[in-house]
Amino acid sequence: MDTETTILDRKTSSDHATLADKFNLDEPRVDWHDKTLWFIRKKRDKAASQLQEWEQLRAVASDIKNNVLANLHTYLLAFERNAQQNGITVHWASDAAEHNKIVHKIIEKTGIKQVVKSKSMLTEECHLNAYLKTQGIEVIDTDLGERIVQLAGEPPSHIVLPCIHWKKEEIGELFSHHLGTPEGNSDPQFLTAAARIHLRQHFMSSRLAITGVNFAVAETGEIVVCTNEGNADLGVQLADVHIACVGIEKIIPLRKHLGVFLRLLARSATGQPITTYSSHFQKPRKGQEMHIVLVDNGRSKRLGSADFRNALKCIRCGACMNTCPVYRRSGGHSYHYAIAGPIGAILAPGLDMKKHADLPFASTLCGSCSNVCPVKIDIHDQLYKWRQLLAQNRKVGITKRVGANTMAYILSHHTLYTFAGTAGRWLMKYVPFIISNRFNPWYKQREMPKPPEHSFARWYHQNRNFK
Amino acid sequence: MKVALFVPCYIDQFYPQVAIATLEVLEKLGASVSYPEKQTCCGQPMANAGFEDLTDPCNTIFIRQFSGFDYIVSPSGSCVLHIKDHLHSSANHEETSQIKKKVFELTEFLTDIVGVKHLNSKFYHKVGLHQSCHGQRGLKLSQMSELIAPDFSKPQDLLRMVEGLELIDLDRKDECCGFGGMFSVSEEAVSVKMGKDRVADHLQYGAEYITANDMSCLMHLEGILRRQKSPTKVIHIAEILNAGL
Repeated sequence: MDTETTILDRKTSSDHATLADKFNLDEPRVDWHDKTLWFIRKKRDKAASQLQEWEQLRAVASDIKNNVLANLHTYLLAFERNAQQNGITVHWASDAAEHNKIVHKIIEKTGIKQVVKSKSMLTEECHLNAYLKTQGIEVIDTDLGERIVQLAGEPPSHIVLPCIHWKKEEIGELFSHHLGTPEGNSDPQFLTAAARIHLRQHFMSSRLAITGVNFAVAETGEIVVCTNEGNADLGVQLADVHIACVGIEKIIPLRKHLGVFLRLLARSATGQPITTYSSHFQKPRKGQEMHIVLVDNGRSKRLGSADFRNALKCIRCGACMNTCPVYRRSGGHSYHYAIAGPIGAILAPGLDMKKHADLPFASTLCGSCSNVCPVKIDIHDQLYKWRQLLAQNRKVGITKRVGANTMAYILSHHTLYTFAGTAGRWLMKYVPFIISNRFNPWYKQREMPKPPEHSFARWYHQNRNFK
Repeated sequence: MKVALFVPCYIDQFYPQVAIATLEVLEKLGASVSYPEKQTCCGQPMANAGFEDLTDPCNTIFIRQFSGFDYIVSPSGSCVLHIKDHLHSSANHEETSQIKKKVFELTEFLTDIVGVKHLNSKFYHKVGLHQSCHGQRGLKLSQMSELIAPDFSKPQDLLRMVEGLELIDLDRKDECCGFGGMFSVSEEAVSVKMGKDRVADHLQYGAEYITANDMSCLMHLEGILRRQKSPTKVIHIAEILNAGL
């Protein structure tokens, strides 16, 4: 199958536009989804505006991350050394498969068959749960939102709010089916209590806990995990073995830098001044085993790209999703990647350009994402740059390519441009059905512009050119 | 002051009244304006679709047409931003960088270069201002709601000088309308939904007109308004500023 056919085929199955089309079949639900996320954007605005130095904080955070990326090698080795001195076993994984194997090997040695895991987008990126399942190991996600989507057999639709696309009534139904709560009860407090009881059984029985990592401090060899539910702490404190999975870009040089990042993270993510728990794990308890898996999975390659490097500054706050007018109206699953929204759209093509060629086009380039980003990633500029790279690598569908070539040809010749304009206006006026029909996506829900008699150029020639 | 009028291709072809209004406003404020007649397009439609490498001929035409003026003014934030960010030419490096410095969107030209403090324009209507993203976030014509920074708005300052004009508030003062060039057709469902939501925000506050610095946003919103058979109309900011001037 050649590339062109593949791209044409994908257009009809599972690209962003098609999935967004489906999402938009239920307009009241789109309205609800949009308003829910906009509410969080507003909360973020309010929380940010309470810090006079907000823009300065963003600039400092961006500088720290730029320094990290410029010296990543040094910081990683320092982190490894300090973590090892703290009694932590450090592993290096070059890609998702190696990461999954390392985690599996650690679990296998213990003979444990069921493990608890707090939120980690990295393990979503690596499809760890699915891999461990094939090895006969069950992973219980302990973040409430993640547990909900896990019970539903879905991936998260948002990196901070995994089940933001679920209504409470639907969660009530899901819990009634899986946890045996009374049918028709959708009281959030009741459902949360039910989930608490359910998860507590797993916390008590699981001897191995996996966590993600928000920040890995090079200076001290410690990791910091931010949660609102305390599920990372509970999992780790009750387990004999703790495995923390971390992308190599999550390094920060000094512990004091947390004073910048912790202030930005929760405010950007949910509008809270700080997450309920900011847990520092520096060394294993007596008798506990602690492992850290440092994962590359395409990050080094990205580091080598001047255009796309600074996407590695991301602290996974999700603010760009909450503000994105496209994300709010297409839903996280329309991005068909572990990380949705604008940041996902610039990360995903780096891993697989062909599979994610549609994502950089799922944007109007409005730029709101870059403005809310707490570490000042130029997200919308990178979307533009991905588009260029995708087109150069012939990963753009044939319709767009022919369209762009035709347009470029016409606009490169003034006479042809004038003729095409006149012809276009004539057609729209006298045979409008040629353009205004069901094959024209513009016309499906919008009227075409009313064609004027003449162009401005003609008017100017007649009215001003005498000068 | 020798000013060149840069008219976006779709305005030339479909909205000549916007270019006429722009020309007249500039003339009434004392500028000597000419329209380089062989201009075509800034190249943005291709570039945003990923085909910036097809825009070399457009760049050559643009540089040839717009060299040697004191200022280049256009009734479009989006096209001006494209020129500022992406106009390039290996042969004409100096000319290119001069053009990038001299190109202005109409309202920023009026507030920053002409220094307009007073206008005789009259427009007795309730008007909603749509902040087009490229003008707002790209050219920084208005403060952006995402930033924690002092408020300002160049187009709003001008609209406030217009007699009789009542500017309405909006729930979301700077959300994108969903046009986005090729996005409007390749992501039709989301594009239209974004447009419908923008329109609804203006309508709930009784807008008789929706105005903007960019006709492309307005073309999209107009398509939706007309499909809804709404009496509310779109009007480019140049047309309002030119009314009764």
